[in-house]
Amino acid sequence: MFDVNKIREDFPILNREVNGKALVYLDNAATSQTPQQVIDAIVDYYQNYNANIHRGVHALSQEATDKYEQARLKIQKHFNAEKAHEIIFTSGTTHSINIVANGFSLLIKQGDEVLVSAMEHHSNIVPWQMLCERTGGILKVIPMNQDGELLMNEYDKLLSDKTKLVFCNHISNALGTINPIEDIIVKAHEVGAAVLIDGAQAAPHIAADVQKLDVDFYAVSAHKVCGPTGVGMLYGKSTWLNKLPPYQGGGEMIDEVTFEKTTYAALPHKFEAGTPNICGGIAFGAALDYMNSVGFEAITKYEHELLQYATQQLLEIEGLRIYGTAKNKTSVISFNIDRVHPYDVGSILDKLGIAVRTGHHCAQPIMDFYKIPGTVRASFCFYNTKAEIDILVAGVQRAVNMLC
Amino acid sequence: MQIQEIQEEIVDEFAMFEDWMQRYEYMIELGKSLPMIEEQYKTNDNIIKGCQSKVWVHAELNADKLIFTADSDAIITKGIIAILIRVFSNQKPAAIIEANTDFIDEIGLKEHLSPTRANGLVSMIKQLKLYAVAYQTQLN
Repeated sequence: MFDVNKIREDFPILNREVNGKALVYLDNAATSQTPQQVIDAIVDYYQNYNANIHRGVHALSQEATDKYEQARLKIQKHFNAEKAHEIIFTSGTTHSINIVANGFSLLIKQGDEVLVSAMEHHSNIVPWQMLCERTGGILKVIPMNQDGELLMNEYDKLLSDKTKLVFCNHISNALGTINPIEDIIVKAHEVGAAVLIDGAQAAPHIAADVQKLDVDFYAVSAHKVCGPTGVGMLYGKSTWLNKLPPYQGGGEMIDEVTFEKTTYAALPHKFEAGTPNICGGIAFGAALDYMNSVGFEAITKYEHELLQYATQQLLEIEGLRIYGTAKNKTSVISFNIDRVHPYDVGSILDKLGIAVRTGHHCAQPIMDFYKIPGTVRASFCFYNTKAEIDILVAGVQRAVNMLC
Repeated sequence: MQIQEIQEEIVDEFAMFEDWMQRYEYMIELGKSLPMIEEQYKTNDNIIKGCQSKVWVHAELNADKLIFTADSDAIITKGIIAILIRVFSNQKPAAIIEANTDFIDEIGLKEHLSPTRANGLVSMIKQLKLYAVAYQTQLN
């Protein structure tokens, strides 16, 4: 049974004060907070079995290796990958995307087209621009409507036998839109293009099934799913991962090294050069355990309630406009007050102990689309409460009174 | 008034407020009363880099004193500029160059701004001083 008060007890940080006020943490789309269970896993690693993995013959190294590989299995199971070696540990979504972008620079030829959605995070735009600059590929954009929904008929028109790659986020970080990735993937495959889905924002809300989606690549960061920063994963179909060249050279990723030639290790190690974030990987596994113990069905249902309540309450405020009004969206509300700069609202909310994000959310093209400098973004997690939303709404109202 | 005296006056004013919400309210009021820059000077050349909200500053010499006008699209930022303009505008370039900016630490402005705004504040002061250096060269 989902009990938010019981869940909140798992998150020690939620007890702290900010500027003399109880913290109201509504910046979950930037990073989620860490439950005690994950903190314990981190402490346990450093207190009891900190060692380098895949190398030593000694007991600690063996233990650390086992736990790290167990975490990989947990991630594999969570995302339902067919094989464990299709899960590559990375430093996060950005790193994951760069592995693929770098790899494809050998596969993309002059005149090939890559499609990217209009609502991408900079991390899913810039690597592809760099790829196109290197290869002579052409970057094309799938446009969106005022509600922040992709225009699928325009997508159909953009697809052709020239299309080699399609990139899209599962959920938009700035708008909260849940994109129709099932459709996007099927249609891309019909013209023979590969698809990378940026799952950074989706992972805390949806347990994606990569086999069912038939997606070629799926990227996630641990810190969005109650895990630590600096670690994430890239799922790739093994056929693709075997085709792509390694991203970084170093230890761990080699098979044999001579000064004449090096042969690379098999998956997943080919993409895991150097000593990885061992503790982070293990804690990532612990975070998924935690999320699954809460249960994604319960999370989705509860967050939807929060979203509806917050939307309703915020819209009562005069002059408030919400950006991102897709029918299918997650618990993110991006908004502005008429004639008020988002930074001003954010600064005042901060003084009231309310953490929100302000700015362009690393998605400048979206802000250009709406012709605004940025938005205030409140993003809710399953540990947030309606009482906290009331505090947010009162805070925004106070900011309006001060600023207008 | 000398720069030092104005700074002390501001420090005294800020000490009167009980909390940072009141200080913000004060800065918002200051922002609203900021001497507005003329539209023709709101150019890309006059934008201060390092501020996340847009800030334009224009400087011109009136006899031997430097007059600053400015604007921003964010009101609290305007309040911050208003404080800086009150300190530095209508002063001789040499005095602006020499002035220390300890008053900012004394009123706790920097620590109560978000890191991006605090960076912006540093950029603003640097820009005002750069103008002073440029005009001082002219006067020489």
